[in-house]
Amino acid sequence: MVESTDVVLRLSGITKRFGPLLANDAISLDLHRGEVLALLGENGAGKTTLMNILFGHYVADEGSIEAFGETLPPRSPKAALARGIGMVHQHFTLADNLTVLDNVMLGTEPLWRIRSQRAAARARLAELSETFGLVVDPDTRIADLSVGERQRVEILKALYRDARILILDEPTAVLTPQETEALFATLQRLVGRGLAIIFISHKLHEVMAVSGRVVVLRQGKLVAERRTAETNRHELAELMVGRPIPEPKVEAIPLGPVALSLNAVALAGEGRARLQDVSLALHGNEIVGIAGVSGNGQSALADLISGIVQPTGGALSLFGQEIQYFDPARMVAYGVARIPEDRHAVGVVGDLSLEENLISARYREAPFSRRGLIDWKAARDFATRIIADYDVRCPGPQAATRLLSGGNMQKLILGREMALSPRIILANQPTRGLDIGAVGYVHQQLLKARGKGAGILLISEDLDELLALSDRIVVMHRGRMSMPMARSDVTIRHLGLMMAGHGFAGEADAA
Amino acid sequence: MRLEPRIEAASSIWVVAPLVAVAASFVVAAVLALAGGASPLSVFAAVIKGAAGTQFAFLETLTRATPLIFTGLAAAVAFRAKLWNIGGEAQLYAGAIMTIVLGTGALPLPAPVLIPMIMAAAMLAGALLLLGPTFLKTRFGVDEVVTTLLLNFVMVLFVSMLLDGALKDPMGLGWPQSKKVIEAAQLPKLIHGKRLHLGFVIAIGAALIVWFINARTTFGYEMRAVGFNPRAARFAGIPVNRVMAKTALLSGGLAALAGVSEVAGLKGNLTLDLSPGFGYTGIVVAMLAVLHPVGVIAAAIFVAAMFVGADAMSRTVGVPNYIANVMVATALLTMVTAMLFTRFRLKLR
Amino acid sequence: MQAIQIIFEASLWAAAIRIASPLIFATLGELICERAGVLNLGIEGIMTVGAFAGWFAVYHGADLWTGIVIAALAGAAFGLLHGFLTVPLGLSQHVTGIGITLLATSLTYYAYRLAFPSVTSPPKIATFAPLEIPLLSQIPILGDALFRQTPLTYLAFVAVIVVAYVLYRTPIGLAVRTVGENPAAVEAQGIDVTWLRIGAVAVGSAFMAIGGAFLTMSAFNSFYFDMVNGRGWICIALVVFGSWRPGKALLGAILFAAFDAYQLRLQQLAGAYLPYQVFLMLPYILSILALIAMSRRAGYPRALMIPYRKGER
Repeated sequence: MVESTDVVLRLSGITKRFGPLLANDAISLDLHRGEVLALLGENGAGKTTLMNILFGHYVADEGSIEAFGETLPPRSPKAALARGIGMVHQHFTLADNLTVLDNVMLGTEPLWRIRSQRAAARARLAELSETFGLVVDPDTRIADLSVGERQRVEILKALYRDARILILDEPTAVLTPQETEALFATLQRLVGRGLAIIFISHKLHEVMAVSGRVVVLRQGKLVAERRTAETNRHELAELMVGRPIPEPKVEAIPLGPVALSLNAVALAGEGRARLQDVSLALHGNEIVGIAGVSGNGQSALADLISGIVQPTGGALSLFGQEIQYFDPARMVAYGVARIPEDRHAVGVVGDLSLEENLISARYREAPFSRRGLIDWKAARDFATRIIADYDVRCPGPQAATRLLSGGNMQKLILGREMALSPRIILANQPTRGLDIGAVGYVHQQLLKARGKGAGILLISEDLDELLALSDRIVVMHRGRMSMPMARSDVTIRHLGLMMAGHGFAGEADAA
Repeated sequence: MRLEPRIEAASSIWVVAPLVAVAASFVVAAVLALAGGASPLSVFAAVIKGAAGTQFAFLETLTRATPLIFTGLAAAVAFRAKLWNIGGEAQLYAGAIMTIVLGTGALPLPAPVLIPMIMAAAMLAGALLLLGPTFLKTRFGVDEVVTTLLLNFVMVLFVSMLLDGALKDPMGLGWPQSKKVIEAAQLPKLIHGKRLHLGFVIAIGAALIVWFINARTTFGYEMRAVGFNPRAARFAGIPVNRVMAKTALLSGGLAALAGVSEVAGLKGNLTLDLSPGFGYTGIVVAMLAVLHPVGVIAAAIFVAAMFVGADAMSRTVGVPNYIANVMVATALLTMVTAMLFTRFRLKLR
Repeated sequence: MQAIQIIFEASLWAAAIRIASPLIFATLGELICERAGVLNLGIEGIMTVGAFAGWFAVYHGADLWTGIVIAALAGAAFGLLHGFLTVPLGLSQHVTGIGITLLATSLTYYAYRLAFPSVTSPPKIATFAPLEIPLLSQIPILGDALFRQTPLTYLAFVAVIVVAYVLYRTPIGLAVRTVGENPAAVEAQGIDVTWLRIGAVAVGSAFMAIGGAFLTMSAFNSFYFDMVNGRGWICIALVVFGSWRPGKALLGAILFAAFDAYQLRLQQLAGAYLPYQVFLMLPYILSILALIAMSRRAGYPRALMIPYRKGER
């Protein structure tokens, strides 16, 4: 990596409050030309807030920013862009129905120009593609591109605007390990041409692989700065968290009987095969981890077991009984607990109160209702108990559920689902977006349920989590499921290759 | 200037918002009065006198409020489940048609049997009418606002067709009107010699029943959940499409009762001008009541007062009675804006 | 047989183009609003306002084109109100739209009654006269159908071309299209989502009002209550039917108007067999069918009806 002493970006004393929450606390850092600076911190540490301030979406309460020696005016994405700061957001800012060229051109011409210079733009884009090795067809609709290709478009957008500083916010969340390698190679090329890059992540192995320097944020404060070559994962992890992290203890216990059995299950939908020939036997007393880049069938599998969709082929059996008719209420009746991927939009009805959400799966039965009338007292008592047992921080059982923080909402959902005494648990990305304390709690609850006889399907994009909790692991790729592997037989590299398609029936070496 | 989410909803808003809406409508009315060359005070005084100044006026207001309670309930029930039923007008006429079909002599039954039968049949007709657009929404994703709106126009033409043909009153001297309902089908007057009829009591009863359904039954719970977040409701195991269908049945049925009330309680027969937009006004009533069934009663009376008062006022002061329509539309927009502030706070940078 | 022959008569198509003209303006207007991500159910009321405002201006001595401008401004004013309530405040686009229609319609009727308190038949104005285009109007059938229309109709066709050009070939058009798909993408480029959307709604509403003005200043020569008669709602269906594209929307409007013109003529033939109301129902039923047919909505703007709140990530 070319390193120079040229400071291209200087943040001084950036402070930002959201109500009582101090998201950024007097943060100061420098960025040099030609370097990759990693901004490391767990969810909620303040990384994205800081970058949004840099980019003009938020305004800092205190502090200043200097880019290329001159102060950057606040609250102006336009000024940031003009100064050469480009950002690739975690959630892509692309219009799916429009083409690559449309998306790149947006905002690059004076708004009131009578005629768009599309030919010139097309030529410039081709040139950039060539120079930086980011190949993409300008006339394709974004909706028809893969996730890796969309990310390329986002980077091209920034380069098209002559970005000299590029900020990437959790760019690898949706990439396979191999696509991640390709991204890192791209970043090296960029840096070789004099750009400076800020790489935001909470993934330690990536930070170690790609950055030259790393800055650690914890609870809004900048707690450490290190040369990557002079530190290691363990030190960074401890800095990130502030205390040593205990590894969950997964004791080996004898397997229970088969709880859930999938037999050559197929699911077609949205114009393609979402699931193909999926077979799996889930026993009681075990956790089966499902790895895979999102979009390879995990949602389909989750939808199926949640009872939202009907398979188009094959059979699903619960405790030996084949399910003919799929319905969420039916699944709940069988003792299937479901922790959905999107807790805000699917797990709870945000505008209902906590007690209303807690009875959502069982409101038709005693003790919560009788002959069509709801017993609100029983609901209230149940809610009070769960809130206490699971330590859900809230204004009370009648408060609106959307007021809860992510961690507390997940605890509420856990409480609701565990109260069913479930024999099968589907946990879909259960710790996404949670802080370390809540993550530990969720893991604890899952292991406890495992010990009590439940069979758990754990879908997660966090390979570390899967490796820590699972008894067996399967990988999903393009709707197919691999053979289950014992946890002890598996490494991250192996999983990464499988996630990209190696070893799947009928797949040649996938890109 | 930015909107920031509130941590807790300010509960006083539920009372303040309707009051702000009413105040805004009066301000607008004052401006219009001035434009019409009249003093706002004289206009207001005439409106209030015309709405409640005498016993006659007050009873007239309640009579006028009766169909609005029904259509307001219909809209409130539907909107709670985010089913945008704008077809109250058509459902009202469906109920009116059933009243004529069954109540003009085809069924020689005594009143305690005949009236409930007519009500049930009317509710069924209104319900089925709304079921179509609801099915199109749940199955095909077709926006029910437009389909229910378009059906209003179709229905009015249908009524016109019936009045020219099948339901025409042979003794009507050629006017497009239906036969009169028989005595057994008439909703009796509440006070001898006045226009206020049993429909008003039935409307209050309906409001109380809807309130009970909302607060205490599983169906009410389902409607709430589905209205707030159908995806999450489905995930929890609530049968979303079935709930929507049941909501449509209830909403359409309630609007149809407005038709029964007007024909069997007030007019006695079916004509093309049976409803001067009760279906649409019901939407405003529902919003002013914050979709609360008991609030609908108060809102309906308020809105009826505006219309009755404006009618009287236009005869004395001379300002066009459309001023009431403007007031009602203003109240709707203000109400919806005010409700925003239960969830958000305005932050001046 | 005679029923089939009607299709080949120039007079049918001339009537179709005439009937289509207000629909073209209003559909273009709604299309612009929805492309920017805002459903504008105020269309029926805004068309009413346009019909009244233009006609009233001419009645008081303005020339016809000034009347059109006034109608457009009146429409834009209501569009601004709708935009302000739905975009920065993020109110329900359904309820706000209905409210705007009620407000616009009632204000119009109030103003009308105030101006003409006791008149039974409303006063007439001198409307746009048909303008024959030399040479082109001599073409058999097509000439009669297309080139003997009023200037306002020609303007409608020009409007389609202009709107298409702006949407697809200018930076502002790209911004409008994008803000209806993903407002965050527009925000990230430093373009203000709020003003862009409000602007689009105002411009779209101006178009709608011109569509309404066509009724009183070209098709008929007077203003009546219930004049718009559901055309606004039909245009909402036409936008869906045209997949949010100006060219297809034009086609849809003409097809629909041709059908309307056809059923009018059919009435004269078959009036003895079917009540006239059945024929009048057909346009509305056809609109519902068009909505069902296009229900898969492949081209709909992804951010339609979703309010955008800055900083909510």
